[in-house]
Amino acid sequence: MSENGIKRHTLIAWMEDKPGVLNRVAGLFGRRNFNIESLAVGHSETPGISRMTFVARGTDRDMRQVRTQLDKLINVTRIEDVTYNDPVMRELALIKVQATSEERAEVMQLVDIFRAQIVDVTLDSLIIQIVGKENQVNSLIELLGNFGIIEMVRTGRVAMVRGAASQTGVVDTAVPVNGHY
Amino acid sequence: MSEMKTGGQIIWESLIAEGVEVVFGLPGGAILPAYDDLAKYEYPIHHVLVTHEQGAAHMADGYARSTGRVGVCIATSGPGATNLVTGLATAYMDSTPIVAITGQVPTSLLGRDGFQEADIQGVTLPVTKHNYLITNIRDLPDALKEAFYIARTGRPGPVLVDVCKDALQASMPFTYPSKVNLPGYNPNLNTPDGTAVARAARLVNEAQRPVIVAGQGVSIARAEAELRQLAEKANIPVATSLLGIGAFPATHPLSISWGGMHGEAYCNYALQECDVLLAVGARLDDRLTGAFDTFAPKAKIIHVDIDPAEMGKNITIDTAVIGDALLALRALLPQVEANEHPAWLEQIAEWKSETSYRDILQQESDELVAPYVMRSLWHATGEGNGRATVVTDVGQHQMWEAQYYQHNQRRSLLTSGGLGTMGYALPAAIGAQMGNPGQELWVVAGDGGFQMTMMELSTVVQERLPIKIAIINNGYLGMVRQWQDVFYNKRHSGTPLFNPDFVKIAEAYGIRARSVTRREEAYDAIKEAQAHDGPYLLDFQVEEFTNVYPMVAPGKSNADMIRRPAPAVGSGK
Ligand SMILES: Cc1ncc(C[n+]2csc(CCOP(=O)(O)OP(=O)(O)O)c2C)c(N)n1
Ligand SMILES: [Mg+2]
Repeated sequence: MSENGIKRHTLIAWMEDKPGVLNRVAGLFGRRNFNIESLAVGHSETPGISRMTFVARGTDRDMRQVRTQLDKLINVTRIEDVTYNDPVMRELALIKVQATSEERAEVMQLVDIFRAQIVDVTLDSLIIQIVGKENQVNSLIELLGNFGIIEMVRTGRVAMVRGAASQTGVVDTAVPVNGHY
Repeated sequence: MSEMKTGGQIIWESLIAEGVEVVFGLPGGAILPAYDDLAKYEYPIHHVLVTHEQGAAHMADGYARSTGRVGVCIATSGPGATNLVTGLATAYMDSTPIVAITGQVPTSLLGRDGFQEADIQGVTLPVTKHNYLITNIRDLPDALKEAFYIARTGRPGPVLVDVCKDALQASMPFTYPSKVNLPGYNPNLNTPDGTAVARAARLVNEAQRPVIVAGQGVSIARAEAELRQLAEKANIPVATSLLGIGAFPATHPLSISWGGMHGEAYCNYALQECDVLLAVGARLDDRLTGAFDTFAPKAKIIHVDIDPAEMGKNITIDTAVIGDALLALRALLPQVEANEHPAWLEQIAEWKSETSYRDILQQESDELVAPYVMRSLWHATGEGNGRATVVTDVGQHQMWEAQYYQHNQRRSLLTSGGLGTMGYALPAAIGAQMGNPGQELWVVAGDGGFQMTMMELSTVVQERLPIKIAIINNGYLGMVRQWQDVFYNKRHSGTPLFNPDFVKIAEAYGIRARSVTRREEAYDAIKEAQAHDGPYLLDFQVEEFTNVYPMVAPGKSNADMIRRPAPAVGSGK
């Protein structure tokens, strides 16, 4: 998993839901040469605050840069690296596969095993929806590849830390990193 | 009930509420309503008309650095706004508080590629601390309030407010907001964490060979006195970064000058050999550190900075102290013990004497070399009771100024360090003079860089500013020529200059000027310019092939300096 301490980190950022904010975040990722693998953004429970989950590759120190630089964006209200908090992590994918009537049974079997769902059927195609951990999604996609994938979309990882404590993103925690490095 | 005000009025009245007395700008269609309101309501704000908007941004920068207040520049949409970009990027890199106000096409034309539309918010995203596009007058008061607050608090920086023309023309009831609501902004205004401070103090107290590196953060925080107290209490030698020059008196016995690519050799030796490095308000960029992993290899590094993102960004550090330099130094002072460090200071003194032995001014020569001009300028304007402020451009002359002018006063050197912007000096000096009437101001510029913004001579005359200008005329883009000499087999590709007669240029603006070609004239010419009641330009036609040493090749360690040659005369070492 890790090589010279480099690994994939899951981060959550909360930001004001204002025009151009995503542009600022994306621009920063590019400009600072941060290695971002996926990114999912949508509303949070707080009106006016969006929540972004993103996956970044690097060392713990790299992630400190990601966090502190992102936190400098005026519209970003909070940011956390939840990698070590064992969060619930899910991804959703829609996969359109070619399947003749003979193949369909086989596909449906796979869908069952992966607890996925068929959400659209035509004579020679199916749309499959899966919600799961990234590696489950990957395995299903790989298997479906044998039938011929016509089209596919993945949301990227979303994450939430377990337990009752809420992370509302309205309080600015501003990543205090005083002390020992 | 608050009165109805137009967007233009709101801008000026907000500026007045922020204490702004002078703005630098140039009008055009999209910003015209604001300019009209300035005249119509006779607001007590002095508008300095510039010749190029780049100059407006540098003027706001020079004003801000020299006064500690927010500098303001203003431009129209499209090309007016894009002309500001170099100045904003310069300010961003050097943490200068600026508010830039630009006109934008009316909202009905936004996104239609209409005449003079440029997405200046998009363009300036990477070079501003924050920016705004105002499409509705409703959002204008908060944006202006926030812009000033963001620009000057925490780590300062430029903020741009782009206002659509129809928002300038619309009206609304206006009172200037008394508060900002920025849930995502933490300028780190609190005293640094106590455990971090205690740990830093312990490291300093245990050090055998400590060094302080002071950056511009010390001057921004006005913490020069506290820095000096700390250094004197524990007898710690103080180096500065290029931008930190002036934060500690250059002629103080504990001063070890400034370090990095063209820093003094003894300073770099001290940085490489120290066992504890206390960096205060310096961001430790590559020009100071050399190759990151070779910097201060024996040191435990304590980094004091208001910006958490600077911690460990370039250099692996031992202790992070996040906060304002003044608060941090005040917290450190009582915990740092009195100390002597005699062996360490003696070692540094030895390096220093070896360095001065190689001083270029020790060479027997009667040629007019730039270091000699810089030393003469110091004798004439900075030594003893001299209180001049020098604003340099970028290149060899900049490095020589920093080496040979001994800056004892805070903020007595203004220079573009981070972006290295040629053309900075003259407009920045104009801004500094506007903010400090009566202050003796010298521009030191190369023949190349001066020509990038020399049209602002008209602004000098228009505003009747007594700015003195020293052009270090070597006929080359000297610093680039130097790299060609050292790294590109002396192929001078694109570096010889075809210069105008600078004396005639000055005279065309009605500015007194003379050229200087011999050593004997240098000091007297400077004195003559100084005594003149008005602007004066000196064209120093210096020896053309002199290069700046020491020099650390980019990507190399500061330990691998190319040293100044030992003097050819006498009993060489
Ligand atoms: C706007 C800009 N363009 C290019 C450079 C690259 N550059 C750095 S120093 C330098 C030469 C400056 O020449 P001059 O102004 O004559 O000063 P000198 O080095 O000769 O003292 C150049 C071209 C720069 N710093 N800024
Ligand atoms: Mg030159």
